[in-house]
This record gives sequence, structure tokens and C-alpha cells, in this order.
Amino acid sequence: MEHIRTPKVEQVKLLDRFSNKTITGTLHLTATHLIFVESNSTNAQEIWILHHHIASVEKLPLTTTGCPLVIQCRNFRLVHFVVPRERDCHDVYSSLLRLLRPVSYDELYAFSYNPKQNDQQREEGWQLIDLGAEFERMGVPCDQWQLTNVNREYKVCDTYPRDLYVPITASTPIIVGSSKFRSKGRFPVLTYFYQEKKSAMCRCSQPLSGFSARCLEDEHMLQAISKTNHNCRFIYVVDTRPKLNALANRAAGKGYENEDNYSNIRFQFVGIENIHIMRSSLHKLLEVMGTRSLSATEYVIGLESSGWLRHVKAVVDAAIFLMKAMTVEGASVLVHCSDGWDRTAQVCSLGALLMDPYYRTMKGFMVLIEKDWISFGHKFADRCDQLDGDSKEVSPVFTQFLECVWQLSEQFPQAFEFSEWFLIQIHEHVHSCQFGNFLGNCQRQREDLHLKEKTHSLWAHLLAEQQNYLNPLYDPTLAETQPVLEPSTQPFHFKFWRNMYHQFDRSMHPRQSILKHVLTLTENNREMENTIRSLESKLQQYGVSVSPLKVRVAPRERTRPQRPRSLILGAPLSRKEAQQQLDEEAVVEAEEAQEEEGEEDGLARSCGERTVEGSSATENGYGDLEEAFSSKPEPAVVSLEFGVARMTC
Amino acid sequence: MRACLKSMEFSEHIKTANVEDVVLKAPFHAPMKGTLCVTGHHLLFSDRSGDSSWQLLLLLRNIDAIEKSVENLLGYSSQSLNTGSNFRAVGSSGTITIKCKDLCILQLDIPGMEECLNIASSIEALSSLDSVTEMYPFFYRPSCLSLDDSWGLSTLEKHYDQLGALQAKWRLSNINSDFSICPSYPPTVIVPQSVDDQMLVKAARFRQGGRFPVLSYYHQKNGMVIVRSSQPLTGANRKRCKEDELLLQTVIDSSERGYIIDTRSAQQAHQARMTGGGFESKSCYNSWKRLHRHMERGKVLQESLIKLVEACGDQSHNMDRWLSKLENSKWLTHIHSALSTAGLVAECVERDGHSVLVHGSEGTDTTLLVCTLAQLILDPETRTLKGFLSLLEREWVQAGHPFQLRCARSAYSHARLKQEAPIFLLLLDCVWQLGRQFPLALELGEPLLLRLAQEAYASDFGTFLCNNEQERCALGAKDRTHCLFQFLLKSSEREQYINPLYEPTDFAIWPSVQPQSLHLWEGLFLRWADHSQTMEEVRDQIWSIVTEHCGGS
Repeated sequence: MEHIRTPKVEQVKLLDRFSNKTITGTLHLTATHLIFVESNSTNAQEIWILHHHIASVEKLPLTTTGCPLVIQCRNFRLVHFVVPRERDCHDVYSSLLRLLRPVSYDELYAFSYNPKQNDQQREEGWQLIDLGAEFERMGVPCDQWQLTNVNREYKVCDTYPRDLYVPITASTPIIVGSSKFRSKGRFPVLTYFYQEKKSAMCRCSQPLSGFSARCLEDEHMLQAISKTNHNCRFIYVVDTRPKLNALANRAAGKGYENEDNYSNIRFQFVGIENIHIMRSSLHKLLEVMGTRSLSATEYVIGLESSGWLRHVKAVVDAAIFLMKAMTVEGASVLVHCSDGWDRTAQVCSLGALLMDPYYRTMKGFMVLIEKDWISFGHKFADRCDQLDGDSKEVSPVFTQFLECVWQLSEQFPQAFEFSEWFLIQIHEHVHSCQFGNFLGNCQRQREDLHLKEKTHSLWAHLLAEQQNYLNPLYDPTLAETQPVLEPSTQPFHFKFWRNMYHQFDRSMHPRQSILKHVLTLTENNREMENTIRSLESKLQQYGVSVSPLKVRVAPRERTRPQRPRSLILGAPLSRKEAQQQLDEEAVVEAEEAQEEEGEEDGLARSCGERTVEGSSATENGYGDLEEAFSSKPEPAVVSLEFGVARMTC
Repeated sequence: MRACLKSMEFSEHIKTANVEDVVLKAPFHAPMKGTLCVTGHHLLFSDRSGDSSWQLLLLLRNIDAIEKSVENLLGYSSQSLNTGSNFRAVGSSGTITIKCKDLCILQLDIPGMEECLNIASSIEALSSLDSVTEMYPFFYRPSCLSLDDSWGLSTLEKHYDQLGALQAKWRLSNINSDFSICPSYPPTVIVPQSVDDQMLVKAARFRQGGRFPVLSYYHQKNGMVIVRSSQPLTGANRKRCKEDELLLQTVIDSSERGYIIDTRSAQQAHQARMTGGGFESKSCYNSWKRLHRHMERGKVLQESLIKLVEACGDQSHNMDRWLSKLENSKWLTHIHSALSTAGLVAECVERDGHSVLVHGSEGTDTTLLVCTLAQLILDPETRTLKGFLSLLEREWVQAGHPFQLRCARSAYSHARLKQEAPIFLLLLDCVWQLGRQFPLALELGEPLLLRLAQEAYASDFGTFLCNNEQERCALGAKDRTHCLFQFLLKSSEREQYINPLYEPTDFAIWPSVQPQSLHLWEGLFLRWADHSQTMEEVRDQIWSIVTEHCGGS
């Protein structure tokens, strides 16, 4: 709190990014959040911004109306405030600068966040995902693969997890020898086992081959991996980097495998660019998309010149290569990039997602992230800029992975148990530092931070509200009939992910949500079935036989789906709103008598509103009628709530 | 007798009527071997090898372009486009690639070079017959339909009767009953009550093609209207027409002003004066505020469509190439300008409370596009299946959009462009964009839009034949063909064109026109690419969820 000089500033204007609309309100600065509350309105809009979400704060030159303050967030929110007095603006600005750059882990929100759980609940949350059980599910250990304890004390590789799976024939000296020949000691280990063909997906970092160095143990290691699979004589070694980058690495004593030295490998580059190129690519994309009154031409040119979709497609293409090699050819695959924690994590996890329907369920997807990203040491702290660190280490590698999953879910709308809001929510919390899961760079560091004792697990939180993230179109039977996804690599299947990058720009969103509507219908169907079942059982209790009696339900009046209270249609409630709801529930629990009243309230809300979400002519700027309209007041029927234009009848 | 004569004419073009052992390659099917048959209006392929015989019946009118290549046993191969080549060899074979106006591409491998060339020349001749009465709608006689069924959904008289509120200020005029005042208008139009027919005659002379200002839409909420016309013929010496000025003044009535939305840029409008056209100058129409919204038309649009379809067929799997081709086609830009101009018109009427006059130059293309979209935004009635089809009938068929000229050729044709323009396709795409942004607001579903896109170019029905009502009357089209709109509303058909999620709303639906909110219409442009079937499965699944919900248990 000592960093907060001015906790409250009044008469602050919030400018809309894409229209000329402004809202006046009060700015509050707390230890964890920056809060803007609209004033003079019955349904005041509130914006809560977690300090960790703020990527940058910028103070623009003073104008006649005040001092502009532009805040850019990691969840792609961009707010533009105008603070009337320069001094207040400066106070807020300097406080934020200090608050958004925590210098030590214990300053992070996760260590103070308290969702009113007891220690046992917290522990259960952390036990939800068990990677040992996950490998068992894949059929490992087996006659060819075993659990090794060489890394029990993080002695061989400190960025790997403790438990690693290697071929039976790989002895400890081979492992240790191989690890010394690999960048950061990240030797080849199993990450996914395709039981049907006994083909294995292994991952590692680049070899320290330079121009001519060899390592017999490493060659043995690859041989051992190859021998585990009787289906195929060779293994694919997939270097996810562009060839030029790999060649350049040779000069630094690193590089790639020489096919002459390793027997029975097929070497392949797939050409995914490095973290720096990805960072600037997304930056360019967002810059274009943030332009006001962007033309359709500028939009498509921007998509192209940023290269973002090309990069996304490259990652998906690599995953498809893995999937085809393992399922069609039955060959085992070894994947690496430079250090084996960025592109390797992307390609391995995405490849497994294509092959295994389990990873397309909500729980399975958590397991996948836990395995290929968290435990194998994707450097979340550095890539997501959790502490004030090196800006060159920051890169949207994980965001890009989530986007790849979204692109696949667009091609296979029935194959995923979760909707895009699940992905967006995960993205939100990777940056929120509210839960312990993504803190730090590797497992060892997480243990040192005692995260499991001091913080909560995101997975438990997401599972608790999983109904918000369900995909109503999910068809579980597809897992049987079409377990392996074979996506098209035609470029027109890759689209701009508006709901991610414009999450908070409501004028961009579809005005009615199919997802939300179908979810409501499905939910209603389920409720009705339950009612029927309970009525039937009651009848049975009274000794009335049910079977000849056809239960007839009067055709229900078509109910309008309840308006989502979140800013984005169909989006799950934000943390703050969820908190509100929690509080409401607590009150209801305490006073059961009020329960009915609460329900009525909800009913009134859902019936009383006939809205076409966010549909308003003012926002769209069709014309240059500004001058013509300025004299006329807004029609009285349009009121604003949560930034969503609402017409009440 | 007459039909007999015609069929003889067709037979002149058919040198080889049947070929056995033809291999057909069509999207979503493995290659099939069967018999190919050419008739006066169709290409028939039937595969009798399997247990379940499979047939393809393709309307020749649907064929936009064919490419043929023949090769003889010596391995000599010649490729020629649309030219008759005279190679003859025994034991040779040929391949015909058929590119359809619905964007489907079929390939036929035909044994025998001569047969191949014969089939190709028959297709070329029969698919481009110009005479309207020789077209299939005049021969289509299905058992489920009768020629006595009423043709069309409504008339302007009925439409006028339904709008009680407007009758105080607007009247029906039969001045065009013999099409002499305006050949492209229907016999009856709705005009201001106080303007007499004599004035209309004079105003018509002052507008291109005689398209004087007539009512397009009456906004019941505030009594404001959308009126449409063609450009005024002011010419270089700034001619005036008192009657036209008065007519427009009457439209405004008591409210202080109105808007003229000119679908050309200001520069284009000025240039139009050199060729006798022009615009309403401020001094002569001082209660009207003129806004120029440039919209592409004609050749530019047609080329845009050709480029887009070419981009969608690109097989290079290269992202940059795709995006640059997509950009180069400019199709999304046209969507953007159509929707935002329509939004502007609707905004003037609903928010600003003023009447609007829409015109471009001829008033038969972009004018109709903008008026139609504005009505969809404002009027919940037009968002029902029947309402939408009635809107199309009123604003496109009766209002004289020249379908025959505009839809003669589609994206694959190599023929020199004449007056083709995919303006109707652009409308359907914009409606699809509305449906995407408001998935619950339209009763009509994507399948209807796809069906209409196909029917406009090649149809069993007479609805989209000819360029205007006058031509339809002259050919007796309404007596001798069936009506598509009536057919689509039959209970047997209706179901498949309904949006399962439809929930009526009384509000205006304001579309977002940010490029991030506009999408490529995959259902149309990528209809024949891989993976398009999953979307149909999804639709089925939504249907089942909805029916389960409505059914109760």
C-alpha cells in the first residue's frame, strides 16, 4: 500500500477505443486492482484491472480536457483515461509503474488471493492432476518404457520434472552422457505414447554438436528410442526451427543432429520462427487491429504483413506432421528446437491433442498443459513477464498455442468438450498470477516457492465452474469413431481470433451468441428431463405405474436466454462478477427465506429484458452524420449497462 | 407443336447423346464410372455399377465454363480453351472440366476423342442459349406443381393494403400499367398522395430510364420513408425539373429535411453530368442533404468475384499468398461499403427521423442493395422467411434488377464481360453477415441464401428470368413457368430453409461494420472445399437440441 499515493480520483473520463463515446467515473487504486466506476448511472459500468494484467502504462501529453493515461493489458484490454488534473494523473501513473513491476514472487497476487477455502480443499485442488496417472493412461511404464529416477533430485536437468520416462535399454550412464550433449541438459524423454502403434513422441533440446562434435551416449539414446518401436525402422528427428537458425547455432557449438552419425534417423526441419519474431508479429497484428476505422483492405493487409496467421499455421502444420508420422507411419518422433521449451512444447502438445481425444476434454486439456508446458519447464515467468525481467524473454508462445487449439476447434466444432471461453479464461489466468500453477519457470523453482502450500490451483477453480466453459456442440461419440483429427492445412481455415484479441472491444462482437443460446437450451432440456424423472419416481412412490402413462409436458413458452452479465456475449462471468455472485449465494444460504425472492429477481431479469445485444447505431459509425445528430438527444430507450447498449421496452 | 420444334433445335446441337464408361470426378465423391447423356437442358450422369445407382443431373445453364483436353495413343496432348479442335484419333480419350455457376467443379474422363469433343461442343452451345423461352423453366413441369398456382407472393397493391398507416399520404398509381413511363418499373408503384400522374410523367422524363422516385419502405414507428429512383438527368447545363423537385418536397412533407444517399462518389456524380446524368444540387433541392457513399458496381464487382473465387481455389497452402489474393479481390471491401451505406440509411430513418432518397446512376443495382439491407436492419417483418422472400420479390424482381444481364455468367467464365455483376450475390452475402452477427434474428437460414445464390444463375423456376416485369409479361413467363418463392414456402421445402434458433425481435439490428466483424462466406465460396460437411452436421445438431427443447420431452 505504501506505493499508492492517490487511492481515488474523481471525474475521470474513459474514452472508447473505436468510437467517440466517453464515460465519466471515478478511478480507484487498490493494492491489487485498478478500478473504474462509472458515475451518475443506475447501472454503472465497472472495470476491474488486476495490476499483473497491466503490460504498460503511458502518460500522453497534457490536453485541454486533462491528462491522458493509456493502459495496455496482457489480456488485450486497452483503456484510455483522461484525468482532469495533471498531478493526480502523475500520482496514478507512478504508483502503477511501481505496482505493475513486482520484484519478488511473494508480491504476486497468488500469495494473497484467498477464495475462502480451507487447507484441505486447497490440497485437493492441487491433487486434481496426477501426471503419473496420465502416463499410466497412455500405457507407460510398459515392456519398452520405464520411469527413471536419475532426475529425482534435479541433478541431471534442473528444468525437467523429477519423474521422467525413458526406454528400458537406456542406462543411467547413457542418460547422463546424452544430457551433457544437450543444451541445458534436456536429454530425450518420452512425452506421449501412441498405444495403438507403439509409437513414441519424445522431446529434448538441441545437441551441442557444433560443426563436428559427436556423443556416443546420445547416439545410443536415439537408438534406444528407435528400438522401442518395432513398427518402424527409423525415427523422425523433428527440428522445429527454420534451417537457417539451426545452422547459425552451430557456430555457437550447438546445432542439429548429423544424419551420418545417428543410425536410422530421418531428420526434418519444420521452420517455426523464434520467440522474438513471434513477439513482434503479435505486436504488429495488435497494432493494426487497434487502428480506428480500419478499412477491410488495411485489415487483410495487416493480417498478412504481421505474419501471425502464417506462424500459427506453421505450428499446426508441424503438429500435423507429427500426427501423421505417428498414426499413419507408426514411426516414433523426437522433437526439439533450441532449448526445447517453446516450440517443442507447442508442437508436442498440439500433436498429442490431434491424436488423443482425451486431451480434447476439459480435464484432459488441463493434463496436457500440466505435462507439456508446466512440468517440462516452459518458462512462464519469463515469457509472461511475471516479475520485472528481461523484456527480450517475453513472448506469446503459450497464447499462440491456445490460438492453435482454437483454430482446430473451428475446424472441428464437435470434437472439443470446451468452448473458446475456456481457452480465454486460461489465458487470463496465465497472466493474472492469481493462481500458483503458472508461477516460476520450472518445477524445481515452484517447489522452492512452496506454491502448493501457499497458493491455489487454477484447475480446481476452472472445474468448479466448468458449466461456463462447455461446448454445447461437443459430441463424445466422435472420440470413438474419429479419434484422430486430420485438419486441413488450407490457409482459409486459419482466421483472426477476434474473441481473444478483441475480448474487451464490444463493438466488434456478434450481437447475439449462438453458443450462449444453445447452452441455455441444452441446460433447459436437462432440467426438464430431471423434472420428468423426479415426477416419475414420485408417481412410483405413490404406486402409480408410469410405463403406460405418457408424460406430457405442456409446450414451454420460448424463454429468452438470460442476458449474460459479462461484457462479452457468452463469456463466463469475470472474476469480480463471480465474486458478486458468490456473495449473493452466501447471503441466500444464510437466509433461506430470501431464496424465493432471489429467484423472482432472476426471473424478472430474464423476462423483463428484450435486448439485441450491443446493437446500436451510434457505435458503428456508418456515416458522417455526427454534425447532423449532435443536436438530437439519444433515443430514450437506449440505456447503457456494462458497456452494452440495451433497449428496454 | 412449339415445344416439338424447340426440341428439334436442341437436337441440332447434340452430335453424341450418350457415352458409356465415362469417369466422373465430383467433390466429396470417389471417382465414378457410368453413362453420360446430353439432353436439351441437362447433363445426366448415371452410375449403375454399384448396388445403389447414383445420378447427377446438371442443368446446362449452370455451366459457366468448360475446359477440354484430349490425348491420343501417341501421347500427343492438346489443351484448348473453348475452341473447337479437330484432332481425330482412334483409341484416344479426353477430359472435360466443367466449372459451374454454383462454383462446383466437375471432371469427366471420356473415352474417345471424338465423343469428348462432341460432348464439349454440345455443352458449349446449349449452355449459352440466349433465347429466354428456350430456357428450362419453360419446360419444367414437375407433378407437384401446377401452372395454375399463383405466381409470386404478393403484389404492390396487396403490400399497399397491408400498410394502413401510409395510405393517408401515399397512393397507388397505375400510370406505368403499359410500361410506357418506365420500362423497368412494375405496372403499379406507390407515390405521394398529392402528386398527380401528370407530374409523375414529367418527373420520369427527368430521371434515367424513367425511374422516378417511388416508395421503397415505410417506417411505421415514425412515418419516415425510404424512396428510391435513378439519377436526375441534369446534364452539363444543370437542367431542372419543377415536378421532380415538387415530388421530393412532398416526400419530406412537414419534416424539415431529408437525406439523399447517392451510391456514387461526389466526383463520379459530377462526372455523370457530362453524359447527361447528374445529381440533386443544393440550390434546387434545398431541404435535402446529399451524402455520397461510393459503392462499386458492374465490371469492378464481377472482377472482384472472379478474383475471390480464384483465390479460394488456390491449392498452394500458403498463408501469405491466400491473404494477398483475398485482399486483392476486395470482396470484403464491397461487403463493408454495402453494409455501412445501408446502416447509414437506416440510421437516418430510425435515429435521425428523416426520410431518405437512395439512388446511384441507373437505380437498379446498388440502389436496390442498399434499400433492401436497410429494410432488413429496420423491419422485423422482412426477417421472416416469407417476409424476406416478399422483400426480394418487391425490391429485386418487381423493381427491375436486370437478373438476366447480371447473372448471365459467373466467376469461371472466359467470355468477355458484358453487363454481368454479382450484385445479388453481394446482397446474399451481406444478409449472411447480418445472420452471423444476429444468429437469432433472421428466420431464414444459410441454406436459403445458398439456394438463392444458385437459382439466380441457373434455375428450374421462372422467378429470376428476364430483366424486368415488362419482359416477363411479354414472354408470358408468369403463365408458363413456376414460381420459386411459392415453391420454397411449401411445407415440404420450408423446413430446410429455416434458422433453428430464430427468435423474433422487434428491434433494429445494427450490424457492426468493423472489418474484424466481417467474414468470408465460407458456405458459399468454400462450399466445395474439404471439411465443409462438418458445418452441416453442426446445423443438424443444433436442430436436434432445439426440437428437443420445443418438443418438451
